[in-house]
Amino acid sequence: MSRNNRKFSAQLPFLLLLIPGIILTVIYSYGPMFGTVMAFQQYTPAKGFTGSPWIGMDNFTYLFQLPDFKNALRNTLFIAIMKIIFGLVAPLSVGLLLNEMRKMLIKRTIQTLIYLPHFLSWVIISGVLIDILSPSQGIVNDLLKAFGVQPVFFLGNNHWFPWVIILSDTWKEFGFGTIIYLAAMTGVNPSLYEAAAIDGAGRWKQTWHVTLPGIRPIVILLVTLSLGRVLDAGFDQIFNLYSPITYESGDVIDTLVYRLGLKQAQFSVAAAAGLFRSVVSLILISVSYYIAKRFANYRIF
Amino acid sequence: MNTLTPGRIVFNLFNYFFLSVLAVLCVLPLVNVLMISFSDNAAVAAGHVKLWPIGFNTDSYRFVFHKPEFLKAFGIGLQKLLLGVAISIVLTIMVAYPLSKEPEVFRWRTPLVWFFVITMLVSGGLIPSYIIVMKTGLINSIWALVLPGAVPVYLVVLLLNFFRSLPKELEESAFIEGASHWQSMWKIYVPLSLPAIATITLFSAVSNWNDWFSGLIYMNMPEKYPLATYLQTILITLDPSQMKDTAFDVGQFKNVSLRTYKAAQIFLGALPILLAYPFLQRFFVHGIVLGSVKE
Repeated sequence: MSRNNRKFSAQLPFLLLLIPGIILTVIYSYGPMFGTVMAFQQYTPAKGFTGSPWIGMDNFTYLFQLPDFKNALRNTLFIAIMKIIFGLVAPLSVGLLLNEMRKMLIKRTIQTLIYLPHFLSWVIISGVLIDILSPSQGIVNDLLKAFGVQPVFFLGNNHWFPWVIILSDTWKEFGFGTIIYLAAMTGVNPSLYEAAAIDGAGRWKQTWHVTLPGIRPIVILLVTLSLGRVLDAGFDQIFNLYSPITYESGDVIDTLVYRLGLKQAQFSVAAAAGLFRSVVSLILISVSYYIAKRFANYRIF
Repeated sequence: MNTLTPGRIVFNLFNYFFLSVLAVLCVLPLVNVLMISFSDNAAVAAGHVKLWPIGFNTDSYRFVFHKPEFLKAFGIGLQKLLLGVAISIVLTIMVAYPLSKEPEVFRWRTPLVWFFVITMLVSGGLIPSYIIVMKTGLINSIWALVLPGAVPVYLVVLLLNFFRSLPKELEESAFIEGASHWQSMWKIYVPLSLPAIATITLFSAVSNWNDWFSGLIYMNMPEKYPLATYLQTILITLDPSQMKDTAFDVGQFKNVSLRTYKAAQIFLGALPILLAYPFLQRFFVHGIVLGSVKE
């Protein structure tokens, strides 16, 4: 490369290209980050970030004493961890089974159908779920009735609600996750299978001793990266499916922030809850990225 | 390696059966709701409609289109989609190009990559974001639905990784002929990256079309809602326990009930994606693999 590279004029075209992106990012991504100072203030919109009085950690002390917050934290952890487990096992198993299929047309058709729900929004899917899970008219309860089971009000029952959330999320996303595992499986060296077959391994042993070790790096990577999402139980989904009846089992930090902040106008308390979630998430994500880089040689860019 | 032992045949039969059932289960709920939307109100209320319409009619759809709100929201949704995708893709290209250069070529590459990537890891959260949008005067404006998410960093990372995989010799020969970076970007990198750009365009289009939350919080007036937000208020905001088939005063649309009306709107809201999906699927698959499995 030319020696003029270090001159400012050589760098200028790059900077000019970046300017619009940087300006928007500063305003709409970094702006809110600095806006989190309101978690330490008694914020009133009239006085703004600069004029509102500082009150130290009071919002946090208030927040951590709220029964709603403890409840939301517990629900968040439970729902998110279950989603991570199901979201690992389901696509991995389906990927292994799909990998055994040899009829390409059927394989493609199945793939096309299982990815589909991923692309629909939680608003649409929730509309569907509300209809099919309705206790009086939904097709799910019609089926249960056919087996002599009493109708269940899945979306109005604190025992069932978290499982509806976990299972419907697994249903929506497993097909999408399968893509990655299938791609990893096609990358396994075919001669390893031949060698295993010569040594007398059947399909089951080949799966156990060749396929699974072959995709182990990607499995470890995805598990590691999913750890960063332990405080992310899925706002869109829960917001669209819960109701005051199921706050007890379904309210998560994100939905609590929404209600405290935008419904009850407790801006500073809601911002404190949001900041708590961001800080814990950042630590978890940093740790998970570090582990992913260390053990799976993963880089973002 | 494909010797068909009896055990293997049994497994294959089971496997094809199981996965086919699973695939059908992924679309069955949608089919059920679609059939409800085409069925007669009375048959729906009696619980007869499963996977085939009973008393086929399109009254629910005619009722939806009869209401100006739906078309208005559809128009705003489309406007948000076109504006959002156009801005995001142009910005993604303009950000990804400099960041795809080696640090020896573009000195501030590494700090600037981190400048963008940090926004994927940390966010200010809902309330401060809302206040920033309010302070920049975007409440009730279409720009509130577009600008806060205008630089999709995830797509920038996908594209910059793709740019880096292209041979540098092409660009060097263009520079010898006197091309500028602007020309190199649009005339060399962009045409060579069409598969990757198609992928990120589709990602951006789906997320723009599906985004309902920014409409809900940044628009004070329901008549400014994009379709996704409008649907959210229609389909969800009613408490599920209240979702009874109460008498529906619909005049000329005698086959319509609240439930068939909702079903029709669910289907219409999903329709653009359902129509585009079969054609675009392979791009998505390519894009995900591009983003996740790399050396």
